[in-house]
Amino acid sequence: MAYTLNVNGKALSADVDGDTPLLWVLRDTLGLVGTKYGCGVAACGACTVHVDGQPMRSCQIPVEAVGKSKISTIEGMSKNAVGKRVQAAWMELDVAQCGYCQAGQIMSATALLTQTPRPTDAQIDEAMNGNLCRCATYVRIRAAIKRASGQKEA
Amino acid sequence: MTYHDKVLKVFGANRREVLVSVGAGGLTLGFSLAGKAQAQDDAVKPLNAYVSVAPNGTVTITAKNPEVGQGVKTMLPMLIAEELDVAWENVRIEQADNDPKAFGRQFAGGSMATPLHWDELRRVGAVARAMLIQAAATAWNCGPGDCTTDTGAVIHKASGKKRTYGSLALACANITPPDPKSLTLKDPKAYRILGKFTPQYDVAKIVNGEPLFGIDVRRPGMLYASIVKAPVFGAKVASADLDAARSVKGVKKAFVIEGDPNGLFPQGMTGQGLLPAVVVVADSWWAARKGRDRLNVKWADHPTAKLSTRGFDEQAAAFNAGTPQRNARNDGDVAAALKASARTVEAAYSYPFISHANLEPQNCTAEFRDGKLEIWAPTQNPEPGRQLTAKTLGLKPEDITIHMIRGGGGFGRRLANDYMVEAAWVAREVGAPVKLLWTREDDMAHDHYRPGGYHFFKGGVDADGALIALQDHFVSFTNNTEGQPSPSAGMAASEFPARFVPNVKYDVSMIPAQIPTGPLRAPGSNALSFVFQSFIDEMAHAASADPLAFQIRLLGTQDTVGEAPARYGAARMRGVLKAVGEMSGWASRGKLPKGEGMGVACYYSHQGYFAEVAHVAVDKDGAVKVRKVWVAADVGSQIINPAGALNQVQGSVLDGVSGALHQAITFENGATVQSNFTDYPLMRIAESFPVEVKFLKTDFPPTGLGEPALPPALPALTNAIFAATGKRIRSLPVTPDMLKA
Repeated sequence: MAYTLNVNGKALSADVDGDTPLLWVLRDTLGLVGTKYGCGVAACGACTVHVDGQPMRSCQIPVEAVGKSKISTIEGMSKNAVGKRVQAAWMELDVAQCGYCQAGQIMSATALLTQTPRPTDAQIDEAMNGNLCRCATYVRIRAAIKRASGQKEA
Repeated sequence: MTYHDKVLKVFGANRREVLVSVGAGGLTLGFSLAGKAQAQDDAVKPLNAYVSVAPNGTVTITAKNPEVGQGVKTMLPMLIAEELDVAWENVRIEQADNDPKAFGRQFAGGSMATPLHWDELRRVGAVARAMLIQAAATAWNCGPGDCTTDTGAVIHKASGKKRTYGSLALACANITPPDPKSLTLKDPKAYRILGKFTPQYDVAKIVNGEPLFGIDVRRPGMLYASIVKAPVFGAKVASADLDAARSVKGVKKAFVIEGDPNGLFPQGMTGQGLLPAVVVVADSWWAARKGRDRLNVKWADHPTAKLSTRGFDEQAAAFNAGTPQRNARNDGDVAAALKASARTVEAAYSYPFISHANLEPQNCTAEFRDGKLEIWAPTQNPEPGRQLTAKTLGLKPEDITIHMIRGGGGFGRRLANDYMVEAAWVAREVGAPVKLLWTREDDMAHDHYRPGGYHFFKGGVDADGALIALQDHFVSFTNNTEGQPSPSAGMAASEFPARFVPNVKYDVSMIPAQIPTGPLRAPGSNALSFVFQSFIDEMAHAASADPLAFQIRLLGTQDTVGEAPARYGAARMRGVLKAVGEMSGWASRGKLPKGEGMGVACYYSHQGYFAEVAHVAVDKDGAVKVRKVWVAADVGSQIINPAGALNQVQGSVLDGVSGALHQAITFENGATVQSNFTDYPLMRIAESFPVEVKFLKTDFPPTGLGEPALPPALPALTNAIFAATGKRIRSLPVTPDMLKA
């Protein structure tokens, strides 16, 4: 069945089964491979996208449930004012090691800073705890969120 | 694609190229010169090339090794760029393909990139610089000694005349490269690139989600594959409902791979054959997966279907009660020394199998056309993968090209190439480009695990508090017919503190277990550090000594002990122990509140000397909170890229603690029990903690940082837990049950 999705402000169509997770529609059908597969059970956060501004695990969203919701992915973050700041902090501090989880980390961090411009450590923990980093770059993830929010880094 | 084709691609095929191959002293360096060249075809060779200079001054440097997050794609080119004397902003980095003729061994393992390339790649840059200087000197009719360089230009010292590298590159075609060994390298005080915080070259691609990883590879007409293997390692396919899978929309093919049921264990980590499997290929991965879910595969009986972790525990206990299978070391007279000791301790330690759990599940893309195979693989070890693929498919290695694609985490898992052979087999079977992707559950069920192990210790200290006797009966695993330890399940006879204690006995017994194992970040060390450094801490407490002072005393007074490759830099280890004591405020640890404590541990691995102190708090429910870890490290004279170096050390410490607090792979009925991050947890950000790092600068050549910070993190943690609670952790992972008040 054909679905028209609003992704990063563009109308994109995908002819897939309705139960196909949004993650695989983005990656395999639409070619937006920045959103990553890590676990398939919403345990790692690598597939995090924004659905109407809320961070969601795209591996758990069947495409038929998306409707007219606005989807934002990592590929659209450079056009998001907060996202762009987060990306800049990530680059300046060289947060990544392998980098595989970082798209999901940036999506969660952008959602956090959009709602809570100056988060405390506890708020960072709460918002980011669903995003695993196997390389354990958490020290820099925390520092980058603070930098992007204009707070002292440590 | 030859290197020459690639250069044409990079610079545009309308430019003519002169490529000069330099071969001196085993060093190979290529210099590609774009411009109005009078190229003779016989001068154009498939290049062993690292450096090319474009007329506009852009320098392209080839990164020879696979990148899996250890930062080597940035770090190795920094070595060349420094001696070449160019601005880092003008450097472009190109990832090499697998090409051992051009680049020698290309692998990511053993924290070896730094020690293997520190000298060689700086000389690659120096040779190129010398050739550019010679070209300018010839043009100016002066001696090379009259010239110097300054960030991308040759300068005539007396007159200040200047020629850019871009304008000189062409003239280098006629210059004989100097012997690399004849060149004087820069004084480190003059470094402009080395030692500077340099973000990874691909950082913008990472934060923008651009295609970068193995899983992101796309080829025209590409299909997607999902592969099912038996939960019991190597079991054959008895039956599978292929038609049910084929009935799923989008599924193109479903078939059985007969495979080699014994293919898992012949020759260590690179010897795996293709296991029996069922494959579903579809026009999307989700469709392939849906098809797979309908296969209803039945697996044949298999002789290892009774293996279990409980069984291993029982066999280890039986070995402990009996006579060890063999002795690996016997210094002095341990039995007599234990008898003569003022205090003795007896302790049984164990640690579980654990999984690499790369966040990017194993995957590979392959295309088979006209008898030739092209592979895009996130591998740490491409050439053995090529050889294994050639052998398994009956192809010639030279008919297989491997592109090394960034891996979403390595940790040693991608030194094995099982996913590569599978993708190659499926691509040939299907006749179209195929991306094969494992599920997370496949990944956890079919790892080459860090092997578990058991250590039965006895130790004794004399009345003066010196460690005089140490005995270990190590019960490990063997998965091969030769009775050798499974990969990464061995222990060197020189394992510390051997050679520092007069009476030492190491015995070994092995449990046969057909479970695939392999190197995981700091293989061997990541477990041996826990048991030995914990037991040494126990002996310190038995001696009523300050554990840090006990460690320093144990290291004696000599600078080094033993000969390479088992040489131990005792002075270097004493240095990092003293440093970490100062950094952490070790002497004031008595002022910590109840329920908190500090522990110290040190470990030498991968040529690096590391001492670490952990500060933990344990609550009444037994929950462990790590407040901070301090790391003192001695990896020689130069930190090449502080950005990557610090990240590796902090990540290693968190990784080690993550494993110690959470991770265990267990087996029941011959199969792995855990399946995903729900039952195999990794540390999350709320549990993370600050890691303060100090690199001691010493006169030794620089060594690597991918691994050696990890091993001491585990015993520093568990020794701190003892200091906080009085409870000794002798098996991993640490659970709250062990620590409840």
